[in-house]
Amino acid sequence: MIAQAMIELKNAVKRFGANAVLNGVNLRIYKGEITSLIGKSGVGKSVLLKHIIGLFEPDSGELLYQGKDVRAMKRDEKRALKRKFSYMFQESALFDFLTVFENIALPLQERTSLGEAEIHRRVHDKMHQLDLYKIDDNYPSQLSGGMKKRVALARALVTDPEIVLFDEPTTGLDPVRKSAVLSMISDYQKRFGFTGVIVSHEIPDIFFISQRVAMIDSGRIVFEGTPEEIQKAANPVVQNFIKGLESPHDDLTGVASQSLGHKRLQQEMSRLQRHQISFSIILLSVDNLEDVDRIAGHVASQTVLKNFANHVKQNLYITDTCFRYDMNKILVILPDTNADQARMFCEKLSRNLETSALFEAPGTQAELCYSVSAGIAQAEKDSRLESLLEDAKSRQNIFYECSI
Amino acid sequence: MDFLVSLKSPVSGLGRQVISFIGDLGRIFLFFFEGFVHIFKLPLQISKFKQQIYFIGMKSVFVICLTGAFTGMVLGLQGYYALLRVGSTGALGGAVALPLIREMGPVLTAIMVIARGGSAMAAEIGIMRISEQIDALETMDINPIRFLISPRIAAALVCFPLLTALFDVVGIFGGYLTGSVMLGVNPSLYFSRVESSIHMSDVTEGFIKSIVFAAVVVTICCFQGYYTHMRAEFGAKGVSLSTTRAVVISCVVILIVDYVLTSILL
Repeated sequence: MIAQAMIELKNAVKRFGANAVLNGVNLRIYKGEITSLIGKSGVGKSVLLKHIIGLFEPDSGELLYQGKDVRAMKRDEKRALKRKFSYMFQESALFDFLTVFENIALPLQERTSLGEAEIHRRVHDKMHQLDLYKIDDNYPSQLSGGMKKRVALARALVTDPEIVLFDEPTTGLDPVRKSAVLSMISDYQKRFGFTGVIVSHEIPDIFFISQRVAMIDSGRIVFEGTPEEIQKAANPVVQNFIKGLESPHDDLTGVASQSLGHKRLQQEMSRLQRHQISFSIILLSVDNLEDVDRIAGHVASQTVLKNFANHVKQNLYITDTCFRYDMNKILVILPDTNADQARMFCEKLSRNLETSALFEAPGTQAELCYSVSAGIAQAEKDSRLESLLEDAKSRQNIFYECSI
Repeated sequence: MDFLVSLKSPVSGLGRQVISFIGDLGRIFLFFFEGFVHIFKLPLQISKFKQQIYFIGMKSVFVICLTGAFTGMVLGLQGYYALLRVGSTGALGGAVALPLIREMGPVLTAIMVIARGGSAMAAEIGIMRISEQIDALETMDINPIRFLISPRIAAALVCFPLLTALFDVVGIFGGYLTGSVMLGVNPSLYFSRVESSIHMSDVTEGFIKSIVFAAVVVTICCFQGYYTHMRAEFGAKGVSLSTTRAVVISCVVILIVDYVLTSILL
């Protein structure tokens, strides 16, 4: 049985003049999942997002919320529905006559009966999590583009909404802040379980945090599925788009990208099968990245990850490779190495790792613990790639721990 | 056949124009109505109301005093030489005060506020529209008309009569400056004529006009800004068009409404 979608667009058509921007869009968004919408610029991703929140109405077709047609809803029902949503605009759309604090506080002031102290607390809570300090009384025109984005994000999340629609939340941010925003979205989503829809060009980073991906092209959804499925999709339009956007390096850490890493893994596999040259992999995962997020903030945690990846990179031989396997995981491939040698490599890595090098991030006063675990697996002649990765995941042991 | 079509097109064109004009009129009225009703809905938006009072009222005081003084001075001059021909310069007080209170006060105040505040309102709201700030309000389930328009309507309804009164008083002193100080009309005669020639009904007429003008000006200026995105021109051009149209249309409408009101109230 297919689960009922929380939001469903059926055959939505929207024309602006003679130009059909949406030409029969069918899209399902499930509760508690992050769905990312990808596609070329100007194919109607933002328009689609605006249909979901009701800023646009489709010329024909239906918008269903939990199976119920939104158009048939009564006025009160529609308002109640609207209150569950939050929207982050592409151009931020901050109120230019209000200060940063007033901008973020506005939805709370207008929609809730919270006291001033409580509003103050919640607004500052969000501002600190997004690394926004000492700009309470600034006006949006005094902020940089990246700051505006983060203020807009804080405004969208301050009401703890059930459904959040993000229109390019990370465009124009530097790699650390971009990853911080994405990890924050993912972290919030895990904690509060909201349903998210993200329009983004950040491939493959966006795949780390989303459960579903939909690609829109020529007014239709050409692909809908999980991030793993889209990377294997046969559709040439989808493949061209993904490959075109993917850079060989991961933006944040500077290590190889996911697809490049997987390619390398396959090469090593075939080398093993042909020449019996075995290799090992080490899956390094920063276990408590989320704790670091909560204590020191998302920017600090991403900086730590970046510094850690740098350190790993410096310890590699020229034939070794490492790549970003997941949000908090780095996979190291050591050709011509057995498990014991890999273990030695790990020891060397942890010996050389200095705490000070990791925590150059500013603003981390709080006490926190930082631990990395490593799972080592050696490829045998008859082992398969999937089981090898599973092996590495299941054998994770803490190999490095520090607290400050 | 072609002949029939060419005959029909100007007629149908005119028809379309008329229909769209009536449609616009209806939309403007509903726009005002919604804004007006939300003034009284709880919770009252006191701080926004105060801000608008400051912007529409307080910041216009200087300009109103200046124009009021010169209008009164001109009326004093013109009135003096006109009355000199019939030999009754003693009636100058009435000749200055009556047209000021009944006509020039409300009309010129409205036009000065359009120039100062109305154009700013249209531009401000127009920019909010094109930068999606109004959409942002809607996504937060905040009624943009209540949030943006209601405080402006309320503030204008309060400020216009007060500014008009200020204009009248300053104007009467302006007339005194030219009439009595420069040209030698007896000051006590001037002021007693002001007092005796003005009835309460004249003052009421002036105030009714200023209240109606307040509603007209704010509604037209905000409406032009609010629907900036519906224009054929986008972006900055759309905003500039909105501002121009706000000023021109509200000035013209003020003069038309003034005539209509005068003929009803007289």
